[in-house]
Order: sequence, then structure tokens, then C-alpha cells
Amino acid sequence: MAPVKLSADMEKLQEKSMARNLKFNIFRFNPQERDYKPHTDTFFLEETDSMTLYIALTKIRAEHDSSLQFDFCCRAGICGACAMMINGRPDLACKTLTEELPDEITLMPLPVFKLIGDLSVDTGTWFRGINEKVGSWIHTTKKLNPDEEEEKMDNATAEEIYELERCIECGCCVASCGTANMRPDFMGATALNRIARFMLDPRDERTEHEYFEVVGTDEGIFGCMGLLACEDVCPKDLPLQDQLGILRRKMGWSAIKHLFKFKS
Amino acid sequence: MDTIFTDLLSIGAGLAGERVAVEAASAGFKAICLSIVPPRRSHSSAAQGGMQASLGNCIKGDGDNPDVHFLDTVKGSDWGCDQEVARLFVDTAPKAVREMAFWGVPWNRVVAGKSTYYKGGKKYKKEELKEKEHLITARDFGGTAKWRTCYTSDGTGHTLLYTMDNKVVELGVVVHDRMEAIALIHDGETCFGAVARCLKTGKLIAYLAKVTLIATGGYGKIYRESTNAVINDGTGAIIALDTGIVPIGNPEAVQFHPTGIVPTNILVTEGCRGDGGTLLDVNNKRFMPEYEPEKEELASRDVVSRWMTHHIRKGLGVKSPYGDHLWLDIRHLGAKHIKTKLREVEEICNNFLGVDPITQLIPVRPAQHYSMGGVRTNKDGAVYNLNGLFAAGEASCWDMHGFNRLGGNSLAETVVAGKIVGEKIAEFLQGYEVSFNTSVVSDALKRQQERINDLISGKNGKENVYEILKEMQDELMDRVGIFKNSTDLQKAVDNLQEIYVKSTKVGLKSNGIGANPELGMALKIQGMVKLAICVSYAALQRTESRGCHAREDYDARNDRDWLNRTLATWQEGSILPTLNYEPATNIMELPPGDRGYGASKIIS
Repeated sequence: MAPVKLSADMEKLQEKSMARNLKFNIFRFNPQERDYKPHTDTFFLEETDSMTLYIALTKIRAEHDSSLQFDFCCRAGICGACAMMINGRPDLACKTLTEELPDEITLMPLPVFKLIGDLSVDTGTWFRGINEKVGSWIHTTKKLNPDEEEEKMDNATAEEIYELERCIECGCCVASCGTANMRPDFMGATALNRIARFMLDPRDERTEHEYFEVVGTDEGIFGCMGLLACEDVCPKDLPLQDQLGILRRKMGWSAIKHLFKFKS
Repeated sequence: MDTIFTDLLSIGAGLAGERVAVEAASAGFKAICLSIVPPRRSHSSAAQGGMQASLGNCIKGDGDNPDVHFLDTVKGSDWGCDQEVARLFVDTAPKAVREMAFWGVPWNRVVAGKSTYYKGGKKYKKEELKEKEHLITARDFGGTAKWRTCYTSDGTGHTLLYTMDNKVVELGVVVHDRMEAIALIHDGETCFGAVARCLKTGKLIAYLAKVTLIATGGYGKIYRESTNAVINDGTGAIIALDTGIVPIGNPEAVQFHPTGIVPTNILVTEGCRGDGGTLLDVNNKRFMPEYEPEKEELASRDVVSRWMTHHIRKGLGVKSPYGDHLWLDIRHLGAKHIKTKLREVEEICNNFLGVDPITQLIPVRPAQHYSMGGVRTNKDGAVYNLNGLFAAGEASCWDMHGFNRLGGNSLAETVVAGKIVGEKIAEFLQGYEVSFNTSVVSDALKRQQERINDLISGKNGKENVYEILKEMQDELMDRVGIFKNSTDLQKAVDNLQEIYVKSTKVGLKSNGIGANPELGMALKIQGMVKLAICVSYAALQRTESRGCHAREDYDARNDRDWLNRTLATWQEGSILPTLNYEPATNIMELPPGDRGYGASKIIS
């Protein structure tokens, strides 16, 4: 019989079929279980083509340990549910391909946030608190008449707002932040970015001074040590470094003006 | 056992649930939303392309109005929708989009002057009017006569959801996140709330409410290949079916989206084609113009998905280790457009495919995407047969979508229905009092606690929940897909009934303590299989082709016998649903006719 010629795709598949055996070290703790000691469990999985950590963890849960807790939702890098420490670095697990990682993969829950179990942390409560604290909504005295034409806005302004609105509240910037890891009251880059978003928005009637009241403290912009891991780890590539810089400058001036007013 | 009392209990905190809660809270009522994930992770956030509202600001939307939107929506539904609801919807959509702008959505705006755009790979010129500058603009989407889809880049769902949740925070609406409703509390006449399991601690909680709202989204996860989030497992439909009296409307109306990426089934937005992207086959040749000379790539989703499948069956798909697929080509739109208007698409292609859509083709094929069917309500959002129970959004069958939803009409439905149903609930709550029968409440709690105990002890058997899940998903995917026929459907129903029997014998492998995920899945697997049977059985009975429901053995739309809506209920102890039918619409503003796209064989 004549030798069968493999298509390029099939060849690629065959190459991949000599797959790596991946070793997963996964942090385990169930706070609801009495006498449960935090530890690391090890699982082995054969790597498959285009395997993401979503595929790998789902497989581990279905085939090896059905009690394993972790969070996925959209599995498309849009919702921010699945942030975890992947070989020491916070990132979204759903969009992390195993082929970008070494044979040994260590997964830990995000620090700073309260642990629910294993790799699952309570980002919901944390972010609700932050959104309340920074007043994450349009502050306006206007009343809407939905039958009238909408208020106009320059498209460039809309796009600038959207740029900062893209934060998915995954918590990676908070987990990577030196200050947030030391001080539970620090707002983190995500909250400061949110403030920057509303400062850009002509619909929000808050004055610079009112913003200062929210973030012009050590819990806010002046707590930032400028290490800027937040920008390095942000899975949405938000311009956090720029925003923190702009905010620090604005709030600095605001503080000086405030001081001057206070003294005179 | 904890008991919590509220005026409105919304099961779900996506766009629809939160919009209803905002309305109730604004009218002075106490509202609590339950959400299985932090609310901003709800699947509403994944909607990319936009929201339809006939503002008519951009030049390609000139002359648009609710009447045109109505025609598009009814044709899109293949006359399966409730026309009174569709009318209500199109009239309210412009108000809803302005309201969202007022609350903070950074909608893209009209830029005056000359610019170019693409349609079907060809470049055209347009000039936006000076007097419309800075008003909310729109893009083109499938099945529409005008450019009507308002957007913020391709993160429209995200900005809408964040804005809505901002409003929720502002009004102090309470959200209990990681809280999953597992049963409704009712006495056969009135709904009193729900039993929920805390996904942080595993504890059961009784929520007692004057009004309960189901806003849990769709049930795509009963299919193996779905664009849906992992949380879209149909909880709302399941707890409604479990009552034995609440019907699911049109469970068989399941939409496949043309452009799920291969192999992960992540959606790339219809905006790609709306903005001028094309579909290519193995020979890099466009094929849609040949099938749909007028609408080309922008026929409705059901039609495009069918032609894609047809073209692949002709052997013109691209071979891959994951089966045949086609290509989506957006290269000609250019780097600037892709990096500003289609940035999620760019990220998804980079991250999950290693493909740069600016220079490379995107591998796509149809994947399950949307449930037009759901918990049947009247036009006020009130669920049939149970007082005090409402539904809104994808979880509901309010029924503006009939047998095919237009792109951009789902985000629009969430905020429009949320607004309308919210107002109706606020009216309902005025002066409404209900007495809670404590024995009904404790019975409901006891029943759920027993289910949990039995699953943990393995009293009913030791079947593996994940294996059953996979069997069910494979069955639907293989036999209840884009093209259907009676042989496959009958086989699916038979097999699913066997799978259902197995699902009653699930026992946990793990200990079930705390927020145990296996227990969470085990608590809903029976309901998911029931839902899968409803989908297959209703599809088997419907001997016609309408919208997404395409029967190879009955290829004509049959308005004589099937201009109706399936109502599926499930009696306890049964292994098949009871199907009843009601007229698709009581008010016929637009009599049945030709859609203007898709094969048009009609029995009238």
C-alpha cells in the first residue's frame, strides 16, 4: 500500500500528540470543612492542542477531583472571573494557554481577596465595596426626559471614556500591588482608574475637590508606591501607569490649592 | 435556617434582572438580586456588537423609526413572535438607549463629514450630517433594513452592564452574589420566593418575596458547542419546570450564531460582518452572495448558519483537526478600524487562536448561541399560572424573538423588558400584600435539604454527574442541531429519556461540604436533562421549518398549522413534557409573508 501523505494540519496534530505530561500543583483549602489543613495537591494531565487552563482545570475537576473549587464564567477573557496566580503571576486562567507555560504549573488563589476555597476568591464583595467608596456612578442633578434627543457628546470623548471603562474587575492589579498586599484599606489601581474614568466624563458634575475627598488620601492615590506591577499584569492592557500619574498630579495640585485656601 | 424577606427578589443580576430591580428600588421597594457570580461577570457583559434602537441619527440609519424596526423584528422571528410585545419593544428601545446614555454608557457618536465603509468586501462612501453630529450613532447588523445597532466599540454588553450595576450601587440595591436559587417556594397558586444555596458556604437560605423574578439568562450549556458562559445552564427554566405548572415557551427555538471560533466556540461579534467582513470557503471564495443575493453575509443568523452548514456539507469547508470550518475575513477593514471598533475580536483571535485578524483569516463555524424560548410570560412579564412570579430577558419567553432573534435585539430586550416589566412589577407591588404560609416554606426547605443529603449519601445511586452532563450535551449537539429530522429527533428523545433516568441516580464522589462544585452541578443535572428533552421533543412535534427550526423532512413554513407557540410543562414523575399550543400572536399587525431572505417555501 502506498504511504499515506499527511496534510500539514495532520502532521501538526501528530507532532502535538507526542504531548507533554503536565504537572499541576494546586493550592487546596476548604474553610467550611473542620480540621481541613491548607496544602498543595498534585495532578498530572496530558497536554492537548490549544489547551487553556480553563480546559485543564475543568478536566481535573471532572476526572480527578470533583471537589476542586475555581471560577470560570465567560471563558473568553471578557468577564474577569478566573484571575489566579499562575506560576507566581496574576492572570486570567481562561486565556492562558498551557503551551506558554513550563511542564510544571503552580496555581494559587489571588492574594488580598478573601478565600472562598481552593482557587476561588471573593472579588464580588471587595469590588462592591470599592464601587460604593468611589461613588462609581454619574453624579448629576439633571433629570432625564427620554423622549427628548440625547445630550450630545464628542465621539473622541466617548472613546476616551471607553478606554478606561474596559476594566473587568478581575483583581489582577490588586493582587500584584505592593501597597494593597500590605494595607487592606488601599483602593488599588482599579479604583483609581475608575475615578479617572468619571473625571473624564462631562456628564459627571463632581468637582475636582469632591474627587480629592475620595482619592486624595493614603488609601487612594497617595498610597501608590509607583511600583506599577498593576500595568504589567493588567489583562486588558489598561493604561494604568498614565492614569495613576495624571491622577497624582491633579490631586497634588488640588491638595496645594486646598491648603492655600484653608490657610488664607 | 436563615430567612430573608424582600419586596422583589430577582433571581439573576445581569442586565434584565438589575434593570427590573432598579425600577422597583426607584419606586421605593426593597429589592434583592441573587447572582451566582459577582453581578458584573453576568453573561450580559459578553454581548459585543450592540443594541438595536431606531434613533436614525447616522446617515445609513436615516429615515429609521420604530415601524421599520418592528418589520425587521417580526420578519426576523419568521412570524413566530408576539407582535404586541414586539411593538411595545420597538417603541421603547429609543427611550431605553437614551436612559442608558444618561446613566453613563459612552455610546459611540456620529462624526460629521465624509468617511468610507465596507459592505461585502467593497468600499463605499458616506457623509454624516453636521446637524446629527455628536448624537448616538449605529452600525449595520444582520436582518435589518437600516443601520440601527448602537454600540460602544465591541464592548457594548460590558459598558451597559457596568453602567447598570453602577446604578444598582447608587440606589443601594442589595446583590447577594454567589447565591444560587435551586427551587421556587409556591403553593400551586402563588409564588413566595425561592430556596437558594450559598456558593460561598453551601448553606441553604429561604428568600421570601412578594414578587419573584426569573432573570437567569439562557440555557446554552445543555449543548456541547455553545458560545454561552459556563453559568448559562438554564437554572431559571429548570426551577420553573419543576413547579409542574409553569410553561416553557418554544423550548425548541434555539439559535446558532454563524461565527463561533474553532475550536473554542468563543463568539466573534456579528459586528464583524456588519462592518463589512465576509465569509470565505476553502478556496478563499465568498459564498453568501450566491445563496443570498440581496442580504449576502447580513441575512439573519438562522439563514447564514444554515448556508454555512450547507456549504460545509458540499465539501467546501476548510479541513482541520477539529472538523471542517469556514473563514471570516475582516482584513480589508484595516488595522485602525479593528483596533478601535473590533478590539475584543482582535484580543480573542490573538489569545485563543494565535491569529492576527488584521493580516490573517479567522476560523469560524456556527455554534449554539441563544435561547429564544424560556419561561413564558404575558406582555407585562407575568409568568403563566403562578401569581407573583415574573420573568425577563433571555430567561423569559416574553416573546419578541419568535423563532429567530436578530443580532442587537437581545441587549435591547434586556434593558427594554427590564424597564417595562420593572414598571409593571412596581405597579403590582403597590398595596399588594401576601401572607406566607410557613409550612409551605419549611416544606420547600426540607425537600431541598433532603435532595442534598441523598446526593451526598448516594442513596439513589452512584452515577457520575459529569458523565451524564457530557452524554446529554453530545446528544443535543449530534441530533438536535442546525438541520433536524424526525429520525434523529426521535432517537434524541429516546436516548435523553434514558439519560434522564440515570440523572435521578446521581451520587457524589466528593463529600459535598461547603461550596462544593460537584453538588452544585448534581442539583441541576436532572433539570438540565428535562430541558434537553423539552427542546428535542418540541422540535420533533413541530413538523414545519420556521426561523432557526429547520426540518429536513418538513422544509416549508406552515402558517396553516404551526403559527403557534409551544408551551411545555412537566408533571412530576413523568419522563416527557406535556405540550400545549397557543396562537403566536393575538394581534396581527403584520400578516405572515416572505422574509426577503432565506428559502421561502410557505404553506398558508
